[in-house]
Amino acid sequence: MTDLFLPDFMLLALLGGVLIAWLAAPLGVFVVWQRQAYFGETLAHSALLGIGLGLLLDLNLTLAILATSFMLVFSLHHLRQSTQLAADTLLGILAHGSLALGLVVLSLQGNIQLDLMGYLFGDILSLHEQDLIWIGLLSVVVAYFFKHYWHDLLNLTLNSELARVEGVAVKQLQLAMTLLLALVIALAMKIVGILLITSLLILPAAAARRLAHTPEQMLAYTFVTGAMSVLLGLLASYHWDIPSGPAIVVSATFIFVILRFKPRPRA
Amino acid sequence: MTHLPLISANHIYHQFDGKPVLQSVSLQLHANQITTLIGPNGAGKSTLVKILLKLIKPTQGQVIHHQTLVIGFMPQKIHIDPTLPLTVQRFLQLGQKRGEHHTTSLERIADELGVRPLLSQAVQSLSGGEMQRVLLARALIRAPNLLVLDEPVQGIDLKSQAEIYQLIHQQQLKRQCAVLMISHDLHLVMKHTDEVLCLNQHICCSGDLQSLRNNPIFIDQFAGGLSEHALYQHHHTHCNHG
Repeated sequence: MTDLFLPDFMLLALLGGVLIAWLAAPLGVFVVWQRQAYFGETLAHSALLGIGLGLLLDLNLTLAILATSFMLVFSLHHLRQSTQLAADTLLGILAHGSLALGLVVLSLQGNIQLDLMGYLFGDILSLHEQDLIWIGLLSVVVAYFFKHYWHDLLNLTLNSELARVEGVAVKQLQLAMTLLLALVIALAMKIVGILLITSLLILPAAAARRLAHTPEQMLAYTFVTGAMSVLLGLLASYHWDIPSGPAIVVSATFIFVILRFKPRPRA
Repeated sequence: MTHLPLISANHIYHQFDGKPVLQSVSLQLHANQITTLIGPNGAGKSTLVKILLKLIKPTQGQVIHHQTLVIGFMPQKIHIDPTLPLTVQRFLQLGQKRGEHHTTSLERIADELGVRPLLSQAVQSLSGGEMQRVLLARALIRAPNLLVLDEPVQGIDLKSQAEIYQLIHQQQLKRQCAVLMISHDLHLVMKHTDEVLCLNQHICCSGDLQSLRNNPIFIDQFAGGLSEHALYQHHHTHCNHG
């Protein structure tokens, strides 16, 4: 009966995928509101360098990805202060520099069988039960963080100086958000891959904009559009035998385009 | 009521990349006083304000905040991305302390500043003058004893400028709060100001408006390009004092 829709072995993928979409939702709305899409992209690209170094030094891959994310944020901060290059130029340099370096480091490990396509575009069937445990743990942290700091995060999005004068710990919150973003990227990588992760962050949120009149509504609709993207993507992937990562992103794009036809909300 | 200043800055030096921006700036902001900080572009006004607000640490010198200090800050510019669905009402609520949503106090302030009809509008849809009034409302919502206004009338039309000044003055009288206002334009110094500080990396001169008009340093530094007429016309209101 179930394999009319999805066979049992894909239910794990569906569960993991929907949870990842929900993890990405609160980060995604803030990435969109704060115009940080390119930053998310850069963080995602640097993850490949993390994998390369992790494999080379035989480290836990999630930890290695976190370490490279920190290196990236630190380099960005340093470059912003010491050069006159615009932020998007710096992000471009770091995104592609780290992606290329990641590919080089990976290629040095000639004796290891590597699923490079899996890292770049995702392979949801590589999701294990152990990954689900990590996703579950991270969900608790993300839920607590956004519930507790929602008001402060909205204020720092409006104007960081005003927020600081009003007593918000802006730098700490931004750092925490970057850390969570890096963790979500490390986990979401298996599902949509490094090159497509940003779309999982921004497409459901951008699609939800048309439906929402408050920030909270936008988040709620992002949960819906994100979950729908994963479900439709996996169905399409199974029935038409297309790769799951791109199928999820195409579904998200499809939902975004459909919602463009809805009239613009007032507020 | 104590006589300690709300903010006191002592011998502030600040530099960016080895270039001095501020040199030996000392000032005090007292309760219920209107202070206007003027100076040309690049004089270090914004840097000084950030130091006074403790947003940045000066290279040297110290800033002391009185323990009762509550600051209402009106930033120079605010850009809110249109993807954030936010009404004016919600924008003002976000200015209240967490979990402290007094609808009545919010509505009272909205009435006083004439932004009540805007409450249900998207905050991104406001005109320049409307936005300034909303920002002023937000600065007032925590019942501050010091209002810090960074170029509050920049980029808005003359009629709205006069309205904003009037609102600031009304609120200051009503609340008896101190005001620190920043301006790069001599035309835009509020006539009710108690003290004008002229900054060009250091404080060149200070005093009330009347005395500064006759101060040769002031005229030399700040009034060079301005005609006497412009100086006296002073933002289209008549001077009643002096």
